[in-house]
Amino acid sequence: MSTFVIGYYAALIAASCLAAYFKKREAFLLLFSLTLASFVLGLIGGRPALNTITVAAAVIALAAGTAYAWREFLAILLPRELAKAIRTAPLTASFGLFVIFTYAVMGIFAPVIAPFGEAEVIAGAFDPPSEALLLGADQLGRDMFSRIVYGARNTVGLALAATLLAFFVGAIAGLFAAVKQGWFDQIMGRGADVIMSIPSLIFALLMLSIFGTNLMVIVVVVAIIYSPRVFRLSRAVAGNVVVMDYIEAASLRGEGTGYLIRKEILPNSMAPLIAEFGLEFCFVFLLMAGLSFLGLGIQPPTADWGSMVRENALLITFGEITPLIPAAAIALLTVAVNFVVDWMLFRSSGLKD
Amino acid sequence: MNDVFKLVLKRLGLGVLTLLVISVLIFFAVELLPGDIAQAVLGQSATPENLAALREQLGLNVPAPVRYFHWLTGAIQGDFGTSLITGDRVGSTIGPRLLNTLFLASYAAVIAVPAAILLGIFVALLRNTIFDRVANVLTLTAISSPEFFLGYILILYLAVKTGWFPAIASIGRNADFSTMLYNSFLPALTMVLVVMAHMMRMTRAAIINLLASPYIEMARLKGVPAWRVIVHHALPNAWAPIINVVALNLAYLITGVVLVEVVFVYPGVGQLLVDAVAKRDFPIVQACCLIFAATFILLNLAADVGAILTNPRLRHPK
Repeated sequence: MSTFVIGYYAALIAASCLAAYFKKREAFLLLFSLTLASFVLGLIGGRPALNTITVAAAVIALAAGTAYAWREFLAILLPRELAKAIRTAPLTASFGLFVIFTYAVMGIFAPVIAPFGEAEVIAGAFDPPSEALLLGADQLGRDMFSRIVYGARNTVGLALAATLLAFFVGAIAGLFAAVKQGWFDQIMGRGADVIMSIPSLIFALLMLSIFGTNLMVIVVVVAIIYSPRVFRLSRAVAGNVVVMDYIEAASLRGEGTGYLIRKEILPNSMAPLIAEFGLEFCFVFLLMAGLSFLGLGIQPPTADWGSMVRENALLITFGEITPLIPAAAIALLTVAVNFVVDWMLFRSSGLKD
Repeated sequence: MNDVFKLVLKRLGLGVLTLLVISVLIFFAVELLPGDIAQAVLGQSATPENLAALREQLGLNVPAPVRYFHWLTGAIQGDFGTSLITGDRVGSTIGPRLLNTLFLASYAAVIAVPAAILLGIFVALLRNTIFDRVANVLTLTAISSPEFFLGYILILYLAVKTGWFPAIASIGRNADFSTMLYNSFLPALTMVLVVMAHMMRMTRAAIINLLASPYIEMARLKGVPAWRVIVHHALPNAWAPIINVVALNLAYLITGVVLVEVVFVYPGVGQLLVDAVAKRDFPIVQACCLIFAATFILLNLAADVGAILTNPRLRHPK
């Protein structure tokens, strides 16, 4: 029993007693179950396990603090309507917004932030971290940190492009199908069924094996794979709007399909579509990360998070954590977007479960 | 009962039809190649004689619809032609690997399904408490992480740092069952984590939907004990959504297995597919895609049929 272990349990138990005394039921439950879980984990993993829990708790506390401050910051800066919405947002949502903001800054100002170019060889292979190389060098001696920063631009940018394309195609087809119905609706619907009945990764692999792996092909293929989801949603949402009286009134006074879609249907089906955009981005991002992890995405020497994991996987067998950072970056962005989408869905549906 | 039979038959017919359309798609996608397969294999600098010989060997001189028919009839009997690179029969290359993949997928499913359903029900009962929120964040994180991230984390902590499990899941030809279970534990665990998170969330949503219905409130108000409300009132109606959740997630396993196999160098179909895509070995790519798509459709079909069987309302469509 070291002082660390004694201090660890003492702190946890004291905190849970305090929570119980001040009748904070939720905090007490959380703290005390953490204490019980620590007993088990401590028995299995010993001191390192408790160390990990402490670090994790500190990281979560830090994230919560950042999220809280960010929320207050946004509430002051934004105009009134938005500020009101932001004030009621859960901490997870504001954390998500913060992460998205950070990634955007990182991607846009990548050349300013990164100390070296993405393809510059400046050290030996797998050089350890130092003053100049924050995270060490990769398998060819390029700066890991710079490549991660550039990766924000390349990986996220490409996923965003594919999502936008998928969304554009899917939403337009869906809105038209809802308005026109008839054979157009039928053909698009059956086409969407076929595409959705093939697993997305498998479909992407098939297409990439045929057309080769260049950027255009990847973006188009991924957009085709995910546009049926948007098609179905926008068709369903627009289908509910189309039957409204004001649509009938508009078409009776002689408005064309284009006007109906732009001025009447789209504004009334925006909220679910925006939430869907976030979800869609997550799917596209994960699929593209998977493809580039398999060596079939963005080709070297362009920095890309998925392929960076694969290229440096050897380091993991030496117990190094650096190759996991790009993978963690992928996970973090996806989680962040999911948090924000959750909040938006909650707001737009008013669903309380 | 006759009605049910008819409905199920109709769904089956629809499934077979979808599969046929997909086989057409998979076969004719290769026809979209600039030039043809022979050109793609031999490259731009091939001599006309070589091209002609390879075309003859691959039977490319026959019109595409005829070749499609041969390919499909062969595929039904497990004969997918020969590999372009090694010249082996594709069927015999895939066979043992398919067994390995099925072993891995069912290993993961056996652990994930009961655990996810139990935890999902548990979390649904504790909804809006702190545990529910923690579980929500945890499952969301697991879903949002790419499979290779989870896989490498497990390798780092359970294989490299502690040495409890092997990092490379090689299963020998004549290893006994327990060794196989031990060796492929990490890839299975990776898939369990991802699929379980999905299933838990969906089960939770299904149960919460049910618990909000008036007849549950009625049961509670008349003083039925909590466990009895769950087991006798909620669960019979929850089976349909739960079966749906399970089948959909098993279908999800199919995509996940490709990445996981590559991370753990597991000798399965996913790894084979990725290698074949990189080498542009089309017969293998086609065969693997067809197998994956067929399994996916089959599981989706199972979800539909399960829903029909457990929900009498679906038997009498309005």
